[in-house]
Amino acid sequence: MLNDHEVLAKEPFFRITKRAHISNFKSWGIRLIAVVLSLIVCAFVIMAITGENPFNVYLGIIDGAIGKKRRLWVTIRETLTLLIIAVGLTPAFKMRFWNIGAEGQVLMGGLATAAVMIYLGPTLPNGIVLLLVFMASILAGLLWGIMPAYFKSKYNTNETLFTLMLNYVAMQIVTFCIVFWEKPSGSNTVGIINGANEGGWLPKLFGLDYGWSLVIVLLMTVGMYVYMKFSKHGYEIAVVGESQNTARYVGIDVKKVIMRTMMISGGICGLAGAIIVSGASHTISTSTAGGRGFTAIIVAWMSKFNPFVMILVSAFLVFMQQGAIQIASQFGLNENASDIITGIILFFLIGSEFFITYKVERTRAKKEATAK
Amino acid sequence: MDSEVAIRLQNVTKRFGDIIANDNVNLLVKKGEILSILGENGSGKTTLMNMLSGIYFPDHGDITVHGKKVTIRSPKDAFALGIGMIHQHFKLIDVLTAAENIILGLPGHERLDMKSIVAEVNELVAKYGFDLDPEQKIYDMSVSQKQTVEIVKVLYRGAEILILDEPTAVLTPQETSKLFDVLRNMRKAGKSIIIITHKLNEVMAISDRVTVLRKGQYIGSIETRDASVEVLTEMMVGQKIDLEIDRTEPMPFVGRIEVKNITCRNRDGVAILKDVSFTSSAGEILGIAGIAGSGQKELLEAVAGLQEIESGEILYHSPEGETVTISDMKAAEIRDLKISLAFVPEDRLGMGLVGSMDLTDNIMLRSYNEGKHFFANRKNPRKLATRIVEKLSVVTPSVDTPVRKLSGGNVQKILLGREIASSPNVLMVAYPVRGLDINSSYMIYNLLGDQKQKGASVICVGEDLDVLMALCDRIVVLSGGELTGIVDARTISKEDIGLLMTSSKKGGAQHAE
Repeated sequence: MLNDHEVLAKEPFFRITKRAHISNFKSWGIRLIAVVLSLIVCAFVIMAITGENPFNVYLGIIDGAIGKKRRLWVTIRETLTLLIIAVGLTPAFKMRFWNIGAEGQVLMGGLATAAVMIYLGPTLPNGIVLLLVFMASILAGLLWGIMPAYFKSKYNTNETLFTLMLNYVAMQIVTFCIVFWEKPSGSNTVGIINGANEGGWLPKLFGLDYGWSLVIVLLMTVGMYVYMKFSKHGYEIAVVGESQNTARYVGIDVKKVIMRTMMISGGICGLAGAIIVSGASHTISTSTAGGRGFTAIIVAWMSKFNPFVMILVSAFLVFMQQGAIQIASQFGLNENASDIITGIILFFLIGSEFFITYKVERTRAKKEATAK
Repeated sequence: MDSEVAIRLQNVTKRFGDIIANDNVNLLVKKGEILSILGENGSGKTTLMNMLSGIYFPDHGDITVHGKKVTIRSPKDAFALGIGMIHQHFKLIDVLTAAENIILGLPGHERLDMKSIVAEVNELVAKYGFDLDPEQKIYDMSVSQKQTVEIVKVLYRGAEILILDEPTAVLTPQETSKLFDVLRNMRKAGKSIIIITHKLNEVMAISDRVTVLRKGQYIGSIETRDASVEVLTEMMVGQKIDLEIDRTEPMPFVGRIEVKNITCRNRDGVAILKDVSFTSSAGEILGIAGIAGSGQKELLEAVAGLQEIESGEILYHSPEGETVTISDMKAAEIRDLKISLAFVPEDRLGMGLVGSMDLTDNIMLRSYNEGKHFFANRKNPRKLATRIVEKLSVVTPSVDTPVRKLSGGNVQKILLGREIASSPNVLMVAYPVRGLDINSSYMIYNLLGDQKQKGASVICVGEDLDVLMALCDRIVVLSGGELTGIVDARTISKEDIGLLMTSSKKGGAQHAE
């Protein structure tokens, strides 16, 4: 009746079990191993492609990111930009609202900033222009955030698609505005806005070029931490994110929370647009956001939505990117080489989360069975 | 006589992380016998059976089927060995007929000959005394008919050993006795049957032998004729337990929640409550009985302001003599009125609590919005959490542990503890002891009794009729969303409630078509 060969098949070789809990020491250890492994793999890839000594390449990366004072400040500036977008995304993702529209929200914030600078910058006192810049950029990002939230809460539309599509709408609007603002005409770019009078430019603070950006972004980071952890709003966001049923059960107005949270999320991303345009680039183009709206999603998730961890993660990512730009020119590599290295490192880091959540064991039962 | 042994498990161990679900368990099933596996929730019954049916793979130990040592790696292997499992949750396709579901996944011939398949199924049905039309669609079937399809499916595949996981949980008393008749017929035909259950009366009624598990460990096996409810309880729990529920006399009738002719529809527009009316009294426990899905959940949610009501109204009569219409209010408005209506929903971690949050944050759910301050006050909820942990002897590492990590009984203690902390005038509980061990269950019964004595109007949806009849003062019976009777729990018989559970107002049986 039974087919012995079929039934007496071999036992599985590996077994994957979920870890009940893991110490901080161990989980950070696993992440550290992942980074080391990724650097080793990167080294092989570099050698295979270029034949260069990987150590020289790594030294090139460090040199490119922090080798000179100016390079260090570019790294800090880029870190701040990535950080504030990740901070802006935090409440949305904590609410399980898949906001992948940060790119568009940043762009709209940047566009509003550019508009205020172009039309009011030369005439009004700089303080007032800056105040208007902040208000306009926050408002623009907020608008881009509240649209998908409204349709989500009213008609239960899919926020992932909605926010994604709004990115392209924002890009088209920017393209459209460039036609009006292009300077010199025919260049199809806006050029440096108010290069002569620096109207609407964020001024130096403590003698630092990016002093104001630093202060604003760090304030937002601390503020977000406090908001999420200690405020009633933060508590409501967490409940709605974990279980809308529970939220309704205790009388939380889920729709209101979704709208309010996306206003905050979009608003901060809009402010990030002001930090980029008014604080650094002083121009606007379709690549002003430059994919940072997406990279910030990785930053937020890898930091488990802890704003302080986000500082480290965004600094690390920017460090690698800046370093890679350096080695690209130094060793005559393609710009994409940087993406390859960052990609390998991210692959290992994200993959390490699997080993933090699960334990892989060899099957032992077999040996004991044969021993009997 | 080894040939008589159908299945033998020796020293089977299964771990999940640090938790040992089965610790060196031994089990023996003879040919042509009905074996009950008895144990509280979390004792490892289902894990053990899942290893027999190929869903889990044991860490240690041997499984012998018909005298041969085997390795069961998948449900396919289990089928090849003639082991069939009927799960608690049916795995059927609604739009297909019974016969189509039965042959689903079988190799069969090139040409599908439904006629001969139906004939074969009918043969099985007649042989064991099932009540089944092979050509009926699943969506037309009652829960008990669906279960029949699952059993026939397993028999059709030639199973010699049948495992039934809590088969009576969804059945009325009448359906249960019908199922037992069928099982006895199968035993006569030489099949081996394993029933997983925690209902002692059923163990006594149906099985030849009982195997008891406790906390993953094998406690022992005894012949049913040598056993008694007391002996089995002691084996199951490890100590003597008083199985009497302390029921006090209800207070004189004072209307508290008045439900007047309410009708509700679900999302698909199907009427889920039809013209239901009753009034609950202060100082009583009002039971709600019915087959699963008869509108119990919607009824409680309607009172709590979570279910939209199509027609009818719900009134709240306060102890001060005021009357408020709460049927057109949302949960938040009811909360703000200080009615202190407490609700322990069926879905504890999906609705009553947030699994990933710690005890303090879960206790805070009800009160976080108090005061005008922007920041939430965690001091008082923390104190309350500590007090609940102490008072209800909740087993937890600390009040900072996510509730998801607690056992079912402790989760329920936290939820109920929070709900009664506001000294409610109305306390609604849905399946309050589902999945709880006996000690926790009795603690919950006592807490409900305390609330009743304090003058609260307790409304309790339950599934175990024996418990409802011992705990409640009056019982409302629902059948298919209609109220078919309000009876005195002290005088009604279990069979009469069973009849009300399946009857409709017009008097005809619900499933007769």
